Amino acid sequence: MSSETASPTPSLFTGRLLAAAARDAMLKLDPRTLVRNPVMFVTALVATLSTVLLVKNALSGGGALAFQAQLVGWLWLTVLFGNFAEAMAEGRGKAQAAALRQTKADLVARRLVGTTGKHETVAAGLLAVGDLVLVETGELIPADGEVIAGVASVNEAAITGESAPVIREAGGDRSAVTAGTRVIADRITVRVTAAQGKGFLDRMIALVEGASRQKTPNEIALTILLAGLTLIFLIAVGTLPAFAAYAGGAIAVPVLVALFVTLIPTTISALLSAIGIAGMDRLVRFNVLAKSGRAVEAAGDIDTLLLDKTGTITIGDRQASAFLPLPGVSEAELVAVARLASLADETPEGRSIVTLAGAGPALPADAEPIMFTAQTRVSGLRIDDREIIKGAVDAVLRRLGPNSCKDAAAALTAIAETVARAGSTPLAVADGSRLLGVVQLKDIVKTGIRERFSELRRMGIRTVMITGDNPLTAASIAAESGVDDFLAEATPEDKLALIRQEQRGGKLVAMCGDGTNDAPALAQADVGVAMNTGTQAAREAGNMVDLDSDPTKLIEIVGLGKQLLMTRGALTTFSIANDVAKYFAILPAIFVVLYPGLAVLNVMRLGSPQSAILAAIIFNALIIPALVPLALKGVRYRPAPAGELLARNLAVYGLGGLAAPFIGIKLIDMAITALHLA
Amino acid sequence: MTLTGWALILLFTALVVLLARPLGLLMHAFYARPALPGERALYRALGVDPAIDQSWAAYAASLMVFNVLGIALLFAVLKLQGVLPLNPQRFGGVDTALAFNTAVSFVTNTNWQNYGGETTLSHFSQMAGLTVQNFLSAATGIAAAFALIRGFARRDAPGIGNFWVDVTRITLYLLLPASMVLALAYVALGVPQTLAASATATTMEGGRQVIALGPVASQLAIKMLGTNGGGFFNANSAHPFENPGALSNLIQMLSMFALGAGLTVTFGKAVGNLKQGRALLAAMLLLFLGGVTVTYAAEAAGNPVHHALGLFGGNMEGKEVRFGVAASALFASITTATSSGAVIAAHDSLTPLGGLVPMFNMQLGEVVIGGVGSGLYAVLVYAILAVFIAGLMVGRTPEYLGKKIEAREMTLSVIAIIVPPLMILSLAALACVVPAGLAGPLAKGPHGFSEILYAFTSAAANNGSAFGGLSGNTPFYNLLLALGMFVGRFGVILPVLAIAGSLAAKRTVPPGPGSFPTTGMLWVGLLAAVILIVGGLTFLPALVLGPIADQAQVAAGTLL
Repeated sequence: MSSETASPTPSLFTGRLLAAAARDAMLKLDPRTLVRNPVMFVTALVATLSTVLLVKNALSGGGALAFQAQLVGWLWLTVLFGNFAEAMAEGRGKAQAAALRQTKADLVARRLVGTTGKHETVAAGLLAVGDLVLVETGELIPADGEVIAGVASVNEAAITGESAPVIREAGGDRSAVTAGTRVIADRITVRVTAAQGKGFLDRMIALVEGASRQKTPNEIALTILLAGLTLIFLIAVGTLPAFAAYAGGAIAVPVLVALFVTLIPTTISALLSAIGIAGMDRLVRFNVLAKSGRAVEAAGDIDTLLLDKTGTITIGDRQASAFLPLPGVSEAELVAVARLASLADETPEGRSIVTLAGAGPALPADAEPIMFTAQTRVSGLRIDDREIIKGAVDAVLRRLGPNSCKDAAAALTAIAETVARAGSTPLAVADGSRLLGVVQLKDIVKTGIRERFSELRRMGIRTVMITGDNPLTAASIAAESGVDDFLAEATPEDKLALIRQEQRGGKLVAMCGDGTNDAPALAQADVGVAMNTGTQAAREAGNMVDLDSDPTKLIEIVGLGKQLLMTRGALTTFSIANDVAKYFAILPAIFVVLYPGLAVLNVMRLGSPQSAILAAIIFNALIIPALVPLALKGVRYRPAPAGELLARNLAVYGLGGLAAPFIGIKLIDMAITALHLA
Repeated sequence: MTLTGWALILLFTALVVLLARPLGLLMHAFYARPALPGERALYRALGVDPAIDQSWAAYAASLMVFNVLGIALLFAVLKLQGVLPLNPQRFGGVDTALAFNTAVSFVTNTNWQNYGGETTLSHFSQMAGLTVQNFLSAATGIAAAFALIRGFARRDAPGIGNFWVDVTRITLYLLLPASMVLALAYVALGVPQTLAASATATTMEGGRQVIALGPVASQLAIKMLGTNGGGFFNANSAHPFENPGALSNLIQMLSMFALGAGLTVTFGKAVGNLKQGRALLAAMLLLFLGGVTVTYAAEAAGNPVHHALGLFGGNMEGKEVRFGVAASALFASITTATSSGAVIAAHDSLTPLGGLVPMFNMQLGEVVIGGVGSGLYAVLVYAILAVFIAGLMVGRTPEYLGKKIEAREMTLSVIAIIVPPLMILSLAALACVVPAGLAGPLAKGPHGFSEILYAFTSAAANNGSAFGGLSGNTPFYNLLLALGMFVGRFGVILPVLAIAGSLAAKRTVPPGPGSFPTTGMLWVGLLAAVILIVGGLTFLPALVLGPIADQAQVAAGTLL
């Protein structure tokens, strides 16, 4: 998985973005902004100090002005590069936010007045929670809300980028509508549910803009470590003048400043917030909105994934594949009755039964449809007193009650079990009190899902399939798809209980859901991804919203979370490993005056003490913009066990971090010497 | 370097690995067992309720009260030794600054000695003062390690154990019996154990010689086992009465490593995976062998200045002929890798590179086996740091043994890691600029700087070995070194106990293939590298001005 496949990615470095980022980098020199990042703040502080010293030195006509001026210049560039990295990360979000804001500003609403059916046109900004608005073909929905009347086909491209329209209707789990989306057919009445400034669009603007960005727990811990390292180097460098005095010499302040700034972890500190913003941004471009950076980090830590069977593990709809009559019933009779029972059923399953049954009579005019409900779990037709039904085996047997023949019930159960064991779903068909047989509905497991699960297992993530199916069917599909465990006949309460049980064991759990009854579980899960097609309650409860409403994405979200943490770790390791080479550049340069024998430490054979110090500080500054693309794109991520990931990343970023500056500093030193800069 | 030399080093390492397991499991028994009947009577008498599970703050408060009272008591004993019994040589009370320095030194398990034992202290001071603190300071270190182990082993727990119970058990069941056995062994090998002041002998030339004696064996046993290192005699374990021969030397070296190495096994057992402890021990031994190799190679290569004068072979300056180059290099590495500080050779006279390793061992934070208890908790702090830096690279919030490492643990670990270098470098810097400090070192130039740096390193790392050359018995050094020892000890223990409390309260994430691996060679190498890099980055500038500049000068044929 990689971010590039998610949606067409704008180039990292378009001219306009670069110019805007450069301007923002200057604005971010404001101390109130800088202080959020202790290491960069300290760098700016010593840059200021060095500038003052430079001016003083220039006024008093001191020597080595050119060298000192170059040092000061590179110190400021170090700070600016850090600001630039952050501005780059924010840049793409800002452009997106501006477009969203325009959409929001243009919205108008037709608000219903009283119960008369009359309406008035008002700006969307004046709507209050509870107001009713009317939206018709071609109009934009003015506010987040719930459809209370009507059905409409809505184009949500404005927020999801997906132009295929979706159905929004009153009642059920597809009632939520979002401000800024367009009704392309029919008319609906919407009750406003989001207060001004609290809507989905507002949240999205704040999110992509990074305005509400707060440091995540892991980022705080890392900042503490980096501040600690800064303190250690302050002690190590701050005591040097005293030690040098003992040796009978002195070290110039600008040189000490150069040593200090190259040692403190400026590289990772400069890129830290850019990494965080880019991580959120990758999710946004993947059409997932995380409500906080904390949620993205938690995604990387997930131990258990609860996956809905339908749509994630199997392709959405089950298809009728066989008619299995009871002994003594002809197949033709079963086919005819099953077809009749499905004629009024508009679900894909119902239509597939009709298709499999082939041509036959049309729906009788006097038939009254029996609708499927969660309580009865059967559907069919009532013609006079005759009930023709199909449904889950236990539901049908219960509905028939003692009317049904015992032997027939036993035979039906036996057939149903065989079907279930094969991973299909049995639907019982009855005509009045007479059981006729079973329709086999086949679940089709998605191709490639087995490999995905084995990848996840290698990463140490347990997958649990959640399904309403009976345990036999569930077990069979679980075996076929390679999922680690399953929860059959799952109710929302079961889901919640499972999450709590996993969490008690110290595990972090992710799930997705869309219905109102999923809300408690979504809120309880460490990562709860609500489907955008879902209800408002579900969208409120989850800490992420998937705009594409694709439950499969849960797997990718975990990957994105891991990638964010890995990028942070890799650049931290790289930054700290860099220091070794910087010591070998600067220490001999500083001390060779005191003890000429220390020239042996100049392993890079750098031109002169001044060029060595300059080369180190230039490398230290330039490495920041050089790593910006990596910080924004994230390190390469491939699912693997932790040991393998560690070995590879340690080799690349640990050993690479040790070696890179030796080469870089040497090259810069050669350039400085060639250009006679020092 | 010789084959026998390497055979000794490898034999020693193998014996340490062999001893670690039984000792570690034995200590785990004291760590985990409920109170024994005899023990309960003692607690009743002391008014301690052994059933109380102390919070980290209560545990830390008990520990501090116990240690500060220990300093006060020892200070009083030293000041008043003139009127106390067992004073055959009729020594007067110890000078105030020196008494304070010595009291802090022995309570902090440092045993920095600004005095010559046989010419300053009465038998009472040695036995009832110093030796008692040798036991209690070692017990304090192990208790703090137990507390941190509990932090990792427990889940959702409010407490980290009971300090009084831990200290009592470690002293009664572990240190006292083991010291008795060792003391008897030393007596059998020729170490004196008497209350007599001295023996008078007539030399071959007919002269009269007074040979200092005393209760040496009993102090020697705990000095080594508890990684205290304070010698009975000024010459420490180079004195024939404090180290009669090869066998006593081997026993002394092993007893310095025994408990520290064993605690890694205790740790592994307590967290339910012996491999976790084995990885820590492996990382320690990796660093240890690296250090020994450098010191041994540098000492065996000798001094080019000596060679120019026709003195070939290894550097024998400041070494006992009885022990030779290999054993001296090994002992110097062991005594600084642990926080012992006992010596059989003058570290001042090691070649500059050979002397760099002992200093660097201490500057790494005494994590290479380290002091009893303190080595384990210090290496665990580094493990937390290593897990945090590298752990992110597997794409999870860093966790060690199932405990998530978050802002609080990071803050406390950073404090524990910063405190020793803060003390070492800032106090050394102070000594480098004030006249009272500059009066200390014997040598000039980089070697003189090494003497100052070594002294503060030894103090803040609670090692106590002396580089020699530095005149430490001045009010300036007595007080500054005491400050270094006190802050270097408790400035680490307190954040460590706070970490223990914070970890114990967390839930434990069960390990899986996605967890960061903290066993195996990759982790061992990573942990050792983080220790080396953090220690190296902190001290390299200072080391460059000391031993490294010194070595460069020696190589160039200059002697200062």
